Amino acid sequence: MHTWSLVSICVLLGVAVRWGVSLNSYSGAGKPPMFGDYEAQRHWQEVTYNLPVQEWYFNTTDNDLNYWGLDYPPLTAYHSLVCAYIAKMINPEWVELHKSRAYESPAHKLFMRATVLVADLLIYIPAVVLYCLYLTDGSSRKKVSTLFCFLLYPGLILIDYGHFQYNAVSQGFALWGILALGLGWDALGSMAFSLALNYKQMELYHALPFFCYLLGKCVKTGLTGRGFFMLVRIAVTVLVSFALCWLPFLSDPSQALQVVKRVFPVARGLFEDKVANTWCSLNVLIKIRFILSRDSQLYLSLVCTLLAVLPSSIKLLTKPDFWQFKLALANSSLAFFLFSYQVHEKSILLAALPVCLLLNDLPLVVVWFLQASTFSMLPLFLKDGLLVPYVVTSAGFLFFSIYLLSALERCTEDELRLGAYHKLLFFLPKMDLACMMRWKFYVSIAAMAGLSVASVALVPPPHLPDLFPVLVSVTAFLHFLGTFLYLNIVQFSRPPTRKSQKKIN
Amino acid sequence: MAAPDTGGWFPALAVGVSLLKCLFINAYHSTDFEVHRNWLAITHSLPVSRWYYENTSAWTLDYPPLFAWFEFGLSHVARHFDRNMLLVENLNYASASTVLFQRLSVIATDVVFIFAVRECCRCVQEQKGSRDILSRPSFVLASLLLYNFGLLIVDHIHFQYNGFLFGFLLLSVAKHLQSQHLQGALLFSILLNLKHIYLYVAPAYGIYLLRSYCFTQDNRDGSVRWTSFSPLRLLALGTIVVSVCALSFGPFIVMGQLSQVLSRLFPFQRGLCHAYWAPNVWALYNVLDKILAVLGVRLKLLEEAELPRASMTGGLVQEFQHSVLPSVSPSVTLVCSLLSILPALVSLWLRPRGARGFLRCLVLCSLGSFMFGWHVHEKAVLLAVLPLSLLAVESREDAGVFLVLSTTGHYSLFPLIFTPAELPIKVVLMLMFSIYSFTALRKLHSGPVLRPLETVYLLGLFAVAFACEVVFPLSPWQRELPFLPLLATSVYCSVGVCYSFLRLYAGLLRCEDSGEKSKLQ
Repeated sequence: MHTWSLVSICVLLGVAVRWGVSLNSYSGAGKPPMFGDYEAQRHWQEVTYNLPVQEWYFNTTDNDLNYWGLDYPPLTAYHSLVCAYIAKMINPEWVELHKSRAYESPAHKLFMRATVLVADLLIYIPAVVLYCLYLTDGSSRKKVSTLFCFLLYPGLILIDYGHFQYNAVSQGFALWGILALGLGWDALGSMAFSLALNYKQMELYHALPFFCYLLGKCVKTGLTGRGFFMLVRIAVTVLVSFALCWLPFLSDPSQALQVVKRVFPVARGLFEDKVANTWCSLNVLIKIRFILSRDSQLYLSLVCTLLAVLPSSIKLLTKPDFWQFKLALANSSLAFFLFSYQVHEKSILLAALPVCLLLNDLPLVVVWFLQASTFSMLPLFLKDGLLVPYVVTSAGFLFFSIYLLSALERCTEDELRLGAYHKLLFFLPKMDLACMMRWKFYVSIAAMAGLSVASVALVPPPHLPDLFPVLVSVTAFLHFLGTFLYLNIVQFSRPPTRKSQKKIN
Repeated sequence: MAAPDTGGWFPALAVGVSLLKCLFINAYHSTDFEVHRNWLAITHSLPVSRWYYENTSAWTLDYPPLFAWFEFGLSHVARHFDRNMLLVENLNYASASTVLFQRLSVIATDVVFIFAVRECCRCVQEQKGSRDILSRPSFVLASLLLYNFGLLIVDHIHFQYNGFLFGFLLLSVAKHLQSQHLQGALLFSILLNLKHIYLYVAPAYGIYLLRSYCFTQDNRDGSVRWTSFSPLRLLALGTIVVSVCALSFGPFIVMGQLSQVLSRLFPFQRGLCHAYWAPNVWALYNVLDKILAVLGVRLKLLEEAELPRASMTGGLVQEFQHSVLPSVSPSVTLVCSLLSILPALVSLWLRPRGARGFLRCLVLCSLGSFMFGWHVHEKAVLLAVLPLSLLAVESREDAGVFLVLSTTGHYSLFPLIFTPAELPIKVVLMLMFSIYSFTALRKLHSGPVLRPLETVYLLGLFAVAFACEVVFPLSPWQRELPFLPLLATSVYCSVGVCYSFLRLYAGLLRCEDSGEKSKLQ
């Protein structure tokens, strides 16, 4: 079979799964008064289409910011505007000012779902295909297997096509950036990443590794010679892309400031709902939110985040190669997720993207983490009525990634990069770490499955109404913390040798 | 022949397709969903004697008794999902748990199909030296059957239990390929009592079993040796068939309801063509009639007022009155169908070529009745496509026919799923299946399997699809001629189906020729 036909079958299957999920319900379907992210996106179309640019981010008589006001950077707003033009052509009622609020109909749902698919097909999926074909090692069969698993990662599919968001756009731009950097086109890569940042501010989770990688590379080339020109070129590219994205808001400083205020809502607190990060998990033991003032919470999280990203960033600065870059991306986004301020449960997708890049290198750990990340959003999926797609896509992903990437066979200590642990744990008797890892994997999968069943089937005791969501988020937190530590250790241990890579091929 | 190890990849394929099916639970379902819900209710809440008399719903029970018992069994599981779906008067009841149960019941009973596919894969001749899994005939066959586009959309979106039924058919074919004829006959008679549409292929079974099982030896020139007749074998076969039928129809015969049951099973008041024309000879015939009528009026050979009022404009055509050509009655279609399969049956009798010859005859029977039958559903093309998959992985000639037939047959199923929300799914699944079958069969037979003209014809399907799904809805004709896309689809596809039928026959005759020659030499 030709590679092209296998690739196209993978992509088509990915599209079929995405569309199958999109037949289900979305967030806030038929739930007044606030509805959900679906209504937020529709409302942004309404606002951007009917109001002048100057009013988009301001509270005016026509723009009630308390009802899903725009709080993403300008590129999201432009995307909404484009969608709104198409919506207007199909049915003007969909974007009519004020009157269209909370508009829901099967045709409109179809339209919204189609916009997600189109964005995905244009931005995210091609990037994934190119990444897997050009930047992963191994035979073409291996590459296709990686592609298949990458495309079927359930978290992103369920959030974009079930819950309803456009993560594929920002993640796709980020992936284009990674792809370009991997192929050595640094300026193009930084432009793509600027677009990602301007689509969703959460892409800042990935910003530090991009910065360190490019800076480290320039320094290595020599800051007094060619490296300097490289740096200038990249800086200019970034500035120009930012300026282009912010063009309508640059005429008036108050405009730009208002956008920034909307995009970084400091006033919303350390965390919301149940999210599987440090603060929410710690909350079970210590109620930080009530002990510390809001400012000290902010500083505390800032300091912790910086401390957590520091090791991987320094390592990347001193050794800017693609392998370190991938690991640093995963470490940085995980650090941000675990320690930063105002984290949503959906932000784990930002960590999932760089972890997906490691699918071919560390299959077992990656599959394990990706499964945990999907599991961490279980309460959200249950709220949105996405139980069946959650079960189906998770089971499918777990089964196929383990089968196709032979995740359970490829786990000797060498392949799992466990060498460093022996040095760290020198005081313990020598044991088979790879075998332990496998058993931990089985136990954890069983625990996640058990908790999923319990969340669906059991009624929590009356004095602990949030029992299951808390258990879910704490379990997921432990997984994330474990992955974070593991990937940091991998980053600091020996890079994969040629020999072990050959063996994988 | 050694059974190829199906460890590993086969379960993966089966699990994958089952999960894919689960994603379509919330998709559009046709009235067949209500049909089966109603049957669940009838079999659950009424005594057996009322099953074939109940008519609260328009969707009366019109499958043979074993299928009614199958629904009866399902209804006992359904109880635990939602009791209300089991009330006969709850027409068009489709609560979330009802949908879940019904969809899951289709997915679960597909286990029969999966098992049958595995048995079929064991009968396939493996090529020597091909170590790559993806280009092994058994892998290709399993993918072609499990991921069959038609079955996926007809069963899991449109809603029917074809997977379960085809499971019995393929299992029985596999048993014949493994020379376990009695088991094969048993499975087929169970199948006949589940759904009587399989009567179409019964002649192939009858002739094959009589010729190759009841007669144990051939003469030297390959003709039947009459003295080798084994009454014992005939008796065994007869006992099996009669006892299954007795089990199924017996209670109704005892209650004196046989005529009522039969009148439900064979409703001849329906029209020549089903609502959407199946791509068969009659579609071409109807179009020819229409063209002649228009030409006649233009050339002043016919008076417009004399023509019967064309009922084609309704879009959903039930009765079709021909204006120029003679109208077709059920008996004519029956004669045509019989004539079309007769040569295949004669060849099966005169030159039995083992179970593979039987399989070829079976495909010809189902295709012949599809081409000339009365009130044929477009779904019936699967009856030919699925068994043909078995032949396609073994011979290049059949692979070519398979590609033409499956592509046109599958495309003709497109109008079945007309809701915009499911449009991407049908397009994507169709593309997936076509890309896979083309590249895999090409690789398997190491070279192109289609002739240039066939390729051009199949590429033309893209043009038809584009015209019907994109251009037409935007054009001014949509108001005046709403039936045009259906017409174009079925006419274009019927050309391909007719061609496959002829090419399959040509292959059979060529075999015969070469057989004669080799004997002469």
